[in-house]
Amino acid sequence: MEKKEYVDFVVTARKYKTLLTEKYKQRPVWKKPLAGDVISHLPGTIVDIKVKEGDTVETGQLLLIHEAMKMLNHVVAPVSGVVTHLDVNVGDKIAKNHLMVHIDPK
Amino acid sequence: MADLSKNIETLREKKAVIEMGGGEAAIEKQVAMGKLTARERILSLLDKNSFHEYDMFVKHDGRDFGMDKKDFPGDGVVTGTGTIFGAPVCIYAQDFTVAGGSLGLQHARKITKIMDHALKMKCPIIGINDSGGARIQEGVSALAGYGEIFYRNTIASGVIPQISLILGPCAGGAVYSPALTDFVFVVENISKMFITGPNVIKTVLGEDISMEELGGARVHAEITGNAHFYAKSEQECFEQVKRLVSFIPWNNQERAKNIEAKEPSVVMNIEDVVPSDPKQPYDVRDVIKCIVDDSDFLEVQELWAANIVVGFGRMGGETVGFVANQPMVLAGVLDCDSADKAARFIRFCDSFNIPIITLEDMPGYLPGVDQEHAGVIRHGAKVLYAYSEATVPKITVILRKAYGGGYIAMNSRHLGADFMFAWPSAEIAVMGPEGAANIIFRKEIMAAEDQDAMRQEKVKEYIEKFANPYVAASRGFIDSVIEPKETRSLLLHALKLSILKEEYRPNKKHGLPPF
Repeated sequence: MEKKEYVDFVVTARKYKTLLTEKYKQRPVWKKPLAGDVISHLPGTIVDIKVKEGDTVETGQLLLIHEAMKMLNHVVAPVSGVVTHLDVNVGDKIAKNHLMVHIDPK
Repeated sequence: MADLSKNIETLREKKAVIEMGGGEAAIEKQVAMGKLTARERILSLLDKNSFHEYDMFVKHDGRDFGMDKKDFPGDGVVTGTGTIFGAPVCIYAQDFTVAGGSLGLQHARKITKIMDHALKMKCPIIGINDSGGARIQEGVSALAGYGEIFYRNTIASGVIPQISLILGPCAGGAVYSPALTDFVFVVENISKMFITGPNVIKTVLGEDISMEELGGARVHAEITGNAHFYAKSEQECFEQVKRLVSFIPWNNQERAKNIEAKEPSVVMNIEDVVPSDPKQPYDVRDVIKCIVDDSDFLEVQELWAANIVVGFGRMGGETVGFVANQPMVLAGVLDCDSADKAARFIRFCDSFNIPIITLEDMPGYLPGVDQEHAGVIRHGAKVLYAYSEATVPKITVILRKAYGGGYIAMNSRHLGADFMFAWPSAEIAVMGPEGAANIIFRKEIMAAEDQDAMRQEKVKEYIEKFANPYVAASRGFIDSVIEPKETRSLLLHALKLSILKEEYRPNKKHGLPPF
């Protein structure tokens, strides 16, 4: 049998010798989501933008229209505050999980 | 007499044309892709001279876009009946040389007809997928065809074994028939399975990914868990299918075929396989090989969620299903994937009257945000559900660790195990000694001058008190503490004793397993 590269692996305070799977090694690392981040949940195209940096917006206010999966999706402000970051232009094709807008909450 | 021979001649000519499928050029293309033709595949899989083809003369339904002028021999799918090691099977193989194996209404009707036949005759159904997808020219009729296949997959589920081979593209809606079946076989560089192909992903996302990287054989065997068997060549795949068929019964009213009992052929000392230190890894498949007839073990989903091992072996000539924690991979923890893998396998065994032997050695559940957020609660619950629901003989051997929720989940007495054995090395406790000592003796440890020394002392105290099988045995949760070398003989005894086992559940339409 070939020599295996066992590593330490802790489960409830006890260290085991074991192998790791590729899928485990590549598992997503969790990041705390920032309030006011507006992230694309689908890949698509920006067809209209209703705000600019510096604008004050209210919760629920339309920020932009994002065409994805054959739908014109209305992207609205999750919080009230000031738009401090706008990283899309009309016509942009954006990927999933793209940070489109950041609003500094009031 | 003379007339009849002329008729026979005509029949032979007609058949010869249809048997050429899409014609020489298309067959050459198929061969160039490293693939066999639909009929070659069926003949490789079935016993010699056992194949009988159905519906050769079926013609397609397309009337639009000039389709009425086209002829598709067999409408792109070969169907029929045959045997594998004498076991009757119904089979279909999509023929990529005919209109890209595309599925129109009549193509689907041929498939659903042979599926209905399998269900009526109570024999396994084998589907060989190699198709460009829905025949777009037939519009919604093609979709109807898929839907009718999925419906039959569902109705036949748990009644007859359903086997899918992915020997070419299988994309979009087409993937759902294999996904509904019991075992999916894939072959390197040949199988391609995805809902949305690389082209669409490139257009929409700008992400460049090859078919192989997105939905190739290895991906489904190792990452997604959609496939159960992975082969390097079509021939190896056919051998795997035949081997699987030899282990499983024809339908849910039968038992798997009993063959001559053999002693394990691997000469390993079972006590030497498992290290006494519960933190040290080993390959649990070696333990299985020390136990099963002829050391012959057919592992299912070998590459996916390798922290649990599932598969078929024989004990005294009778097929059994094994579920075993694998300490060599991720310390043998339960996680979302391994729970899904174990639960589905247990449910297959229960549906098809295959006793289940569980070999337990696991430290608990995989810690991590990704696991919790992926729903490890819901996934883990499937194992509890599957074991509790199962009424086939259920036997557990605790080799080393049985901690906490894992102890309960791995076919404990409390979920209805019929026989509970434990090796003297078993540690049956609410959690690992280190974790438990940290909680129980928190005050003593905090107050100590040398905290580490105190912790070590308390861990030792806990190990002496609880890290053994005797506390559980004193409650009757374990039936007997056994010597490792007795394992095979006691398992044979337990299986013999449970041959007439009957256990009933309240009548219901169906249960609601946590999907």
